[in-house]
Amino acid sequence: MAGKISLSRRETLSVPGKVLVYVLLGIFTIFFLFPLAWMLTTSLKVLGDVYLMPPKWIPWPMLWKNYVQIFIDQPMLAYLWNSLGYTVYCVVGTAISSSLVAYGFARLRARGRNALFLLVLATMMIPSQVTMIPQFLLFSGAGWMDTYLPLVIPAFAGSAFNIFLLRQFYLGLPRALDEATMIDGGGYFTIFRLIILPLSLPSMATVGILEFMYRWNDLMGPLVYLNTTSKYPLALGLTNFSAAYGATPWNLLMAASIVSVVPLLLIFFLAQKHFIQGIVINASK
Amino acid sequence: MKAIPVQRADVSAHLSAKRSSIAKKEERAFWLFVSPWVIGFILFSGGPIVASLVLSFTNYNVMSLPSFVGLGNFVQLFHDQLFTKSLSVTAYYTLLAVPFDIVVSLLLAVLLNQKVKGQTIFRTIFYAPSIVSGVAISFLWSWLLNPQFGVVNYLLSFIGLGGLQWFNSPTTVIPSFVLMTLTSIGGTIIIFLASLQSLPTDLYEAAEMDGGGRVRQFFSITVPLLSPVILFNVIMGLIGSFQIFTQAYVITQGGPDWNSYFYVYYLFNTAFGQMRLGYASAQAWILFLIIFALTVLSLQLSKRYVHYGDTEGGI
Repeated sequence: MAGKISLSRRETLSVPGKVLVYVLLGIFTIFFLFPLAWMLTTSLKVLGDVYLMPPKWIPWPMLWKNYVQIFIDQPMLAYLWNSLGYTVYCVVGTAISSSLVAYGFARLRARGRNALFLLVLATMMIPSQVTMIPQFLLFSGAGWMDTYLPLVIPAFAGSAFNIFLLRQFYLGLPRALDEATMIDGGGYFTIFRLIILPLSLPSMATVGILEFMYRWNDLMGPLVYLNTTSKYPLALGLTNFSAAYGATPWNLLMAASIVSVVPLLLIFFLAQKHFIQGIVINASK
Repeated sequence: MKAIPVQRADVSAHLSAKRSSIAKKEERAFWLFVSPWVIGFILFSGGPIVASLVLSFTNYNVMSLPSFVGLGNFVQLFHDQLFTKSLSVTAYYTLLAVPFDIVVSLLLAVLLNQKVKGQTIFRTIFYAPSIVSGVAISFLWSWLLNPQFGVVNYLLSFIGLGGLQWFNSPTTVIPSFVLMTLTSIGGTIIIFLASLQSLPTDLYEAAEMDGGGRVRQFFSITVPLLSPVILFNVIMGLIGSFQIFTQAYVITQGGPDWNSYFYVYYLFNTAFGQMRLGYASAQAWILFLIIFALTVLSLQLSKRYVHYGDTEGGI
């Protein structure tokens, strides 16, 4: 569906029409960029200037040392490191497991396969709050509280949405390649490793990026399982930020927020194509 | 020629034996490949679903063993004022946020779909803020909408609208949350935009021949053709709205006066604040029923109102 995006049908926009379109686009551009820009300017202000009315649009002096201060006041480095580790493990876990499972569903015939696949889809309907409490009991029984295991291990079971996404993609790959590998004496895993995986890198990238975003931003999971501040990921660490001081230090909080946003923006700009494709596939299949 | 039938029978028997051994091997491989999901299902979703259902009929606070209370939790829930409050707060939010987001993102997608230069850049700009979901965006909005020092009130003061209390007033707190969703509708915009770009052009050409204006074309061609995608976004929106948590946790903590005590926030407090795991499980099951019912309802309505193409029958 996303395949070839043509620059649509409207060849015949009149001049006033065109002006109107650009004006509207301009207004909305400002609207969409303003919050993030405001986050940035606030992060560079002296705390006193944050409360000025009318607001100071351009921070002066620019307090770049706010960005140092947050690393001194809070274990920001630990937060960052935790988030990075947490997301990387989850991305790897879900990529490996979801692709294996998706390959099974896309390519291998077995009795009960379709019924099982329906079950996979059905699990997407279950709100995570339903399974959250028994999972909590399971993981605390296992002695995994205050560790990342409860957050990371389930990722290695694959997620229904990712399995679905990858299966759709695998269904579209030509079977002739499988057969050729078979004739050469390769088993199913060889087919998976040599044919399916290399061809599916774009869709794997989509899966990985969506998982990264989800984990990077997730609050509830870490909130349930982690108690020690130095173990917090960035999302949870941010909430610690406002509570640690008497009044909210808006300039520092915004600086820390910027730090939390930068990795996402970087990934977004590096992988924009897959990113947007991922969202579209999500809707069209 | 005469000897061949015998040979063929031989070969086919041999082949079918071989085929069934291949089938067996394939079946074994299938279960091996899907085993991560099967194990995960038993441990992390299927098993927990059963456990959660059982727990919902008990009182359980981790300290002592669960005690069976039958439908007690459910009966109690309907007498629980916070339960009704959190449900109505969430419903109110959903009712405002879902239509608002759908309408705004569809209009923005149409705007982006005009033949303009730099479409990709605008698309990126509209989408970028929505990758920053969660905690950072919540803090940002609570600062933007700060009643004393927020820049939004300052800007509004020019048109005589300053002094709004936003998250601090019972009447404006939910609309404030709705307003906040604007920074995260990028995904919906992109979905609409991609769908718009795959619409057939001939209908529009025909409409132009017949002298139908832009607005007319939008309502009688674009909206019907997009209705499956609109439905998809509505269902996703409903499910998402009913599970709103982070924003409430970060910005208002349920206040003022319980007016943003969202359902999942209440559930979370019951479970991990008060450790009433049985009661919270009952709440979780009601949430499931609500989401399930809303989805079924949307799909039912869609049978009547949603236009699907000739070949495709699903979302």
